[in-house]
Amino acid sequence: MKNKRYVLSFFILGCLVLLFLALNLCAGSVAVPLREVLGILLGKETDEVFRDIIMTIRFPRTLAAAILGGGLALSGYLLQTFFHNPIAGPFTLGISSGAKLVVALVMVFSLGWSLHVSSLLMIGAAFVGAMISMGFVLLMSRVMDNMSMLIVSGVMIGYICSAVTDFIVTFADDSNIVNLHNWSKGSFSGITWENVALMGMVIFLTSFFVFLMSKPISAYQMGEAYARNMGVNIQLFRTLLVLLSSVLSACVTAFAGPVSFVGIAVPHLVKSLLRTTKPLFMIPGCFLGGAVFCLLCDLLARVLLAPTELSISTVTAVFGAPIVILIMVRRRKEKAE
Amino acid sequence: MKEFYFYTEGLTVGYHGVPLIKNIEIRLKRGEILTLIGPNGAGKTTILKSIIRQLAPIDGVVWLDGGEVRKLSGNEFSKKLSVVLTDRVKPELMTCEDVVATGRYPYTGRFGMLSQEDWGLAHEAMELVHVGELRDRDFTKISDGQKQRVMLARAICQEPDMIVLDEPTSFLDIRYKLEFLSILQRMSREKNLSVIMSLHELELAGRISDKLLCVKGDKVDRFGTPEEVFTPGYISELYGMTAGSYDEASGNLELEAVKREPEVFVIAGNGSGTALFRRLQRDGISFAAGILWENDLDCPAAKALASEVVTERAFCPIGADKVERAKKLMDSCQRVICTLDLEGTGEWTRELKGLVGYAGEIGKLEG
Repeated sequence: MKNKRYVLSFFILGCLVLLFLALNLCAGSVAVPLREVLGILLGKETDEVFRDIIMTIRFPRTLAAAILGGGLALSGYLLQTFFHNPIAGPFTLGISSGAKLVVALVMVFSLGWSLHVSSLLMIGAAFVGAMISMGFVLLMSRVMDNMSMLIVSGVMIGYICSAVTDFIVTFADDSNIVNLHNWSKGSFSGITWENVALMGMVIFLTSFFVFLMSKPISAYQMGEAYARNMGVNIQLFRTLLVLLSSVLSACVTAFAGPVSFVGIAVPHLVKSLLRTTKPLFMIPGCFLGGAVFCLLCDLLARVLLAPTELSISTVTAVFGAPIVILIMVRRRKEKAE
Repeated sequence: MKEFYFYTEGLTVGYHGVPLIKNIEIRLKRGEILTLIGPNGAGKTTILKSIIRQLAPIDGVVWLDGGEVRKLSGNEFSKKLSVVLTDRVKPELMTCEDVVATGRYPYTGRFGMLSQEDWGLAHEAMELVHVGELRDRDFTKISDGQKQRVMLARAICQEPDMIVLDEPTSFLDIRYKLEFLSILQRMSREKNLSVIMSLHELELAGRISDKLLCVKGDKVDRFGTPEEVFTPGYISELYGMTAGSYDEASGNLELEAVKREPEVFVIAGNGSGTALFRRLQRDGISFAAGILWENDLDCPAAKALASEVVTERAFCPIGADKVERAKKLMDSCQRVICTLDLEGTGEWTRELKGLVGYAGEIGKLEG
């Protein structure tokens, strides 16, 4: 019974990934027919303009949306597990914003000194920012045993970081910084193949590690005390969880800026689809789900008001925020029962 | 020390380096049941947490199966010892069967996949604690009592040599309390399972435990068999009881006696008076009782509740001085009630019949 559900769910998710990959490649301000796209991907002789659009702009961007979406959803899932709280996520806990702040600082500084910033350095900067925010959240979680308060403090940290980032971006105004402005609102645009290769490596590697941790994660779902009795080294486990989720959200932020709500909405949807919380299924499920979600949102961001582009967070918020509200209402109801 | 499966040497426990209870010496053989008793906040949970490695001991050593507990790997430890805690677990979308099966964790491979055998053991454990029918129910949607039993099944499914339980009977009604403890007793006898737990129900602790550990303030007050621990008046002292009383021999609990000049004299005996004693206590009426032999069923309740009890040594004829005392009390009371049916009784109750007659004469006999 259950196994059938898992197989069917993963089949659906796989199909959706392929469907949206194709849609994202075809649709845009210039529509490219699917046949042309396939031709380009297979290396056949095709229209030069189409080839350029697909290979230098749309294909890397589409892949980035899929990979980063997957990483973001997974990061959210890890944070929810860590805090035993369904509305914890890189965005609500202020981790994305912390990463954004440090990345903005590094960018502005290096622009000031006319230095070239490598993608790797960006990830590093984002990671530092993510860890600073995470550290703050962990400190707060020691003081507050109330989970909603923790989220509120996370959101506040997020606001502070965003305000400082805006401040920096505004004052460092320079023609070079137009991109920075776009990025600080969240966007998958301007992704190069080099970026894709690096993010792919970081995110796939991290996700693989996360997958290897699915056994202790399942133990941790029974609560810390029981997990410890099952033989889990809690200290090590918690540290790894924090590091891995921070790497994932830092990598996303470094390339696409802050992307809101994916980390909460996707694990919730995937959980409802699979009807399980078993990490062995949830981890790949979240990754695929995140990819689908971000592909869809990026598609809408590009197409809805073409040729003007919406920021990705605008679109993800439209879908994600109602889900967060839904989760909270449902939790209330369960408590009242 | 080899004969002991579990023992501690100079164990000192506490939080953040501050010792709370010092020099705990526990000795437990395989198949024995140890119960921790003591007032709220005395540190029972702290001791249990230190034993199961949730809390680092401040000093001393804990030994399990011939090895030092802190040197065991997480996996080795979990195969020897499992726990039932007071922590509320809220696993999402997990059936009771799934929860029980998490007990197989230390035996599974890299990804925690369960074999047919693992599922078999999980089902067996569920049958053992009579929760087989909850198998496919959502764990978060069953009652607290059911959850507690499912968690016991989980602990059993982990196939330990020892189970540690923190107040396991708190959410259970009387039927399940007895059933729960019976399962532990059976497991300890049949599978040689050692059990350490904390209980609030003293009478049950006295019945089921091979050893008792009395925790009081900053020390272990007593450690021994229930017979050694439950000496008269000890429970009152251990818990610092200020109202009511506990009879160690019978496990009887009584509320606070009405301490005034007695208004009613009760001629009781053979257990016929206890219910009346309690009713008088509820109505706030002070009373005296007599003449009771020390071994009479009514004696514990009378001693706990009456302002004065006239008693005679067990298996001895009633002395004239006791009769005099009883008559004197009757004189000062407004009413006399006899709960004892003296019809057809023999020579032994002559004095009691006399007392009833006396009460009639002075016009105070009721009922």
